[in-house]
Amino acid sequence: MSKTTDLRRYDDNTRMNHWVIALLFFAAALSGLAFFHPSMFFFTNLFGGGVWTRILHPYFGVFMCLSFVGLYVGLHRDNVITPEDKAWLEKAGQMLKGDKAGMPPVGKYNAGQKIVFWLMTGSLVVLLLTGLLFWHAWFPDFPIWARRAGVLLHAVSAVVLVLTVIMHIYAAIWVKGTVRAMTRGTVTQAWAKTNHPLWHKEMTADK
Amino acid sequence: MTMQSSLDIVARSATTTPSPSVRQSVEVAKLIDESKCIGCKACQVACSQWNEISDDMGTNVGVYDNPSDLTDKSWTLMRFTEVEENGSLEWLIRKDGCMHCADPGCLKACPAPGAIVQYANGIVDFKQENCIGCGNCVTGCPFDIPRISKKDNKAYKCTLCSDRVSVGLEPACVKTCPTGAITFGKKEDMVSYGNTRAGELKERGFKHAALYNPAGVGGTHVMYVLKHGDKTEQYAGLPSNPSISPMVSLWKGALKPLAVLGMVGAVVAGFMHYMKVGPVEAKDEEKESA
Repeated sequence: MSKTTDLRRYDDNTRMNHWVIALLFFAAALSGLAFFHPSMFFFTNLFGGGVWTRILHPYFGVFMCLSFVGLYVGLHRDNVITPEDKAWLEKAGQMLKGDKAGMPPVGKYNAGQKIVFWLMTGSLVVLLLTGLLFWHAWFPDFPIWARRAGVLLHAVSAVVLVLTVIMHIYAAIWVKGTVRAMTRGTVTQAWAKTNHPLWHKEMTADK
Repeated sequence: MTMQSSLDIVARSATTTPSPSVRQSVEVAKLIDESKCIGCKACQVACSQWNEISDDMGTNVGVYDNPSDLTDKSWTLMRFTEVEENGSLEWLIRKDGCMHCADPGCLKACPAPGAIVQYANGIVDFKQENCIGCGNCVTGCPFDIPRISKKDNKAYKCTLCSDRVSVGLEPACVKTCPTGAITFGKKEDMVSYGNTRAGELKERGFKHAALYNPAGVGGTHVMYVLKHGDKTEQYAGLPSNPSISPMVSLWKGALKPLAVLGMVGAVVAGFMHYMKVGPVEAKDEEKESA
């Protein structure tokens, strides 16, 4: 088995799909945060003012959700939570302290990555459904109580999504050699062996 | 209007620092005495005339309400209700419109800085030039008053004729009311006059006559004298104890700053974690990490 060839982690379509979502996420998050708290209203300047931000934000969100469907279809099977994930989670505290030695071996995704995947899926579903409730350019007739609940749940799930993305980005920065999985589609054998030994075994078994 | 009013703003939407508020003014209020109202709709006409807005021709929906609901162009509306009281038919007529709450839910819910202001005299005013058209004021209002224009996507409602009041005039509806059912003056005078009127109605047999100045929204700067103060709901759904929905107040109150703190905190925590623990690097026996 070759030790020097890189392993393919994502095909080009998945990578481009990921980056489309990422761009739309930043557009939707910044335009949404502008209305979240007065301290961030200045983000409306990025979108041509308050009115334009209000007009554009729902479209960013809807297109983000639509593009996430593509990623979901491709990745959800690898993200099913298994009993082994529990053991990993129990040791996660140690890993955060810098001690990776005791971590149980994981496959393509560890429990943390799976949780990120499902938090993103869940919060996007809630964001989409609640967002429709008060998108009055298209849906002006929902009762006021539904719009109140919609605004509240939309904001709560937006916070969940933003926190999840912060976690997601930090993990990619923290674990060296990860970002290239999305910029080049490949990772080094050493990276795979260190971080995803079972996946490494699976990828190199038939070679 | 803006000139006179710009120094006495006590609350401004989506603004976390004090607004210019050196000028002191007396709190004003409009008192609507339902028992004196004859339902002539002159107030609607005066509102329309003074504010130079003419609503579109509507359709007859079988009741006297005309138009059938408040709109972006109809900021006040007589709502007619027929009820049976003491064995006889009674016609309740309520002039609906913005109540100018002391604790305005619209202002609390609004995310656009300065789109909604509250003056020291108690008037809650929409500043359409700052309005972004999101409709959050609609979710904030306990009285279902703001309306979004289909033409410009801005929110509109009664201004309590803030332009007239700022130059010492009473609102147009007050000026025009032929029976004196609508009066305007200092809030404390209106409260006292309203209580007197309620007392008179009690003497005349309306046992539950009362002044409507609901405490749940901190009191209002538009108040009613109601013959049946115990049954406010029968006045076309006037809430007996209105307050800002907890879904709006809790979120716009404590949760938002906490959530901002949480998000900023997460970024800072990530940064500090990296600095403390350092990166996770791939261990390779033969090849050094890239």
